Amino acid sequence: MKRTPTPPRARLRPWHGFAATALLLALAPLLVNDFTLTLLAIYALLALSLAFVWGIGGVLCFGQAAFYGLGAYTYAVVSINMGGSSVALLLGVAVAGAAALALGSMMFYGRIGDVYLGVITLVFTLLLFKYVSSTAGSAYAIGQAQLGGFNGIPGFPALNVPGLPDQPVYGLGLYAVVASALLACWGLLRWLCQTAFGRVLAGVRENELRAELSGYDVRLIKTLTFGLGGAVAGLAGVFFACWAEIVTPEVFSLGVSAEIIIWVLVGGLGTLWGPMLGAVLLGALKGWLGTQQGLDSGVVMGLLLMAVVLFLPRGVLPALLKLFRRPPPEGPANGR
Amino acid sequence: MDQTLVSLFDLIYTIATLALVSAGLALVFGLMRVINLAHGEFIVLGGYATIVALQWGVNIWVAMLLVAPLTVGVFGLIVERLVIRWLYGRTVDTLLATWGLSLAMAGGLSMVFGSTTTGVPNPLGPLQLGSFQVGGYGVFLIALTVVLLLTMYLVLRHTRAGLVVRGAMQSAEVAAALGHSPQRIYLLTFVVGSMVSGLAGGVLAPLVGLTPNAGGQFIAKAFITVISGGSSVVAGTLSASVLLGTVSKFFELLATPVVGELALLISAVVLLRWLPQGITSRVFKGAA
Repeated sequence: MKRTPTPPRARLRPWHGFAATALLLALAPLLVNDFTLTLLAIYALLALSLAFVWGIGGVLCFGQAAFYGLGAYTYAVVSINMGGSSVALLLGVAVAGAAALALGSMMFYGRIGDVYLGVITLVFTLLLFKYVSSTAGSAYAIGQAQLGGFNGIPGFPALNVPGLPDQPVYGLGLYAVVASALLACWGLLRWLCQTAFGRVLAGVRENELRAELSGYDVRLIKTLTFGLGGAVAGLAGVFFACWAEIVTPEVFSLGVSAEIIIWVLVGGLGTLWGPMLGAVLLGALKGWLGTQQGLDSGVVMGLLLMAVVLFLPRGVLPALLKLFRRPPPEGPANGR
Repeated sequence: MDQTLVSLFDLIYTIATLALVSAGLALVFGLMRVINLAHGEFIVLGGYATIVALQWGVNIWVAMLLVAPLTVGVFGLIVERLVIRWLYGRTVDTLLATWGLSLAMAGGLSMVFGSTTTGVPNPLGPLQLGSFQVGGYGVFLIALTVVLLLTMYLVLRHTRAGLVVRGAMQSAEVAAALGHSPQRIYLLTFVVGSMVSGLAGGVLAPLVGLTPNAGGQFIAKAFITVISGGSSVVAGTLSASVLLGTVSKFFELLATPVVGELALLISAVVLLRWLPQGITSRVFKGAA
């Protein structure tokens, strides 16, 4: 009997979704104004960072906002002191990534369990929020940058073309930068999932003990994953600073951390694209709710989180997709 | 001499507040392994229940000591039936669901009461201590905390109900085989925990300006106190409150209140790094 090979065009490849998203991102400014779109793309980047750490790495971080805020604050402080944005951008990512590496190594090398990990990341965020909120007055300054306490840091230089401080990037240009960064980070993380590192990471998520007994250093792998997630969140923070043109301690608040978790959970745990889509949809919903009188967005988000945990623990988007898609005939699902 | 006494009073007061805020959460976490992230909002709800009762002309002591615990107890009952009972044994899911509850409650409270600070009059005047004055209400708060913790200890340790509850937490199956319904025990434990949170809210209402978003301050402190304390309800809460309260007060005297709070949070993180199961995993093991 002859084997019939599967027709090559029948299967969706990862780059199909990638190309479709790129096309969508390129066409979106025709329909929606770039100010809103930039923010949604930043949200997507932030969701991507937690989707990688939690969905792929299996580490639930309750304080992703800490790295987001660190990126934003580092950018503001450095750009005021240096005048330009290129070094500030790199440093923002580096500081957030380094903080995540340090915190991660402390937790994972200490073999701290799930719940306690949640507590420590939560406390870390609160710590930053409290400290930064208390930095009012001229005593708290880094170089020429006043930290400004609860009012935050306004008026730092915007993102500019590398090497040309007189050429600021804003509006559609900023959107293009953020969208490309989003695609690049997605591509990078997606690629990472397929490398040897990514496969070991999946193994750790599924069965930590077995991975460890097979000779992999689980602590190192988790720490690196956490650090990478922190760096991506830091990049999102840098872009947020450029978009908002002011950074306030609000970026460290628990509400932001909660929102990131809701995006990821609604979008579907274990995929990268789902949380990004979840962030865009819920970010748009939140923007719309903000214009409504008498309805607090916290109520909607909170009820949504409860409903998802109770009824759709695999996420809303995967559940919707399942309704439309027949079960795949063979091989692993190409969801990621 | 008097100066030392006042400092000591301040220290005990800090510790008592910490223990009071954490007691309800400790009960629910220590016995059921359920972390209620909406605990802070439960406290705030107790505070608002007191405020509303006061506006309706209820005596302030009745409002604080009866209305607040009962209101939050009923609310806890509803929450347990609708949400928590589906999630027993799924710690992370419980964390997420109660976080959602916390957001929804904070939003709901600010829709009803507006996001302004509401005050409650302080019912007790100052007390003379040597040549210094201390707040009479602070003395009341310390006494109440002592009574509360003592009651919790005695009930858990020396009554039949306490025995059944502790037994059900150790092995629900054995408790069920002996004719006690674990579901009912979980429900009652959660409701009692909620009532303790409500009591804390009512009693703290005259001391803190309540806003709908005040839950965040409580949950952070309560959460780390309970986790640092470990699984023994009373001993854990007490030892963690003493340790963290002393650290925070010490640094507050050295620098500013913010530094004190930071020191509290940092010491909790460091403590968890060395004793991931909390203080009572090493000392006071097996106490209630």
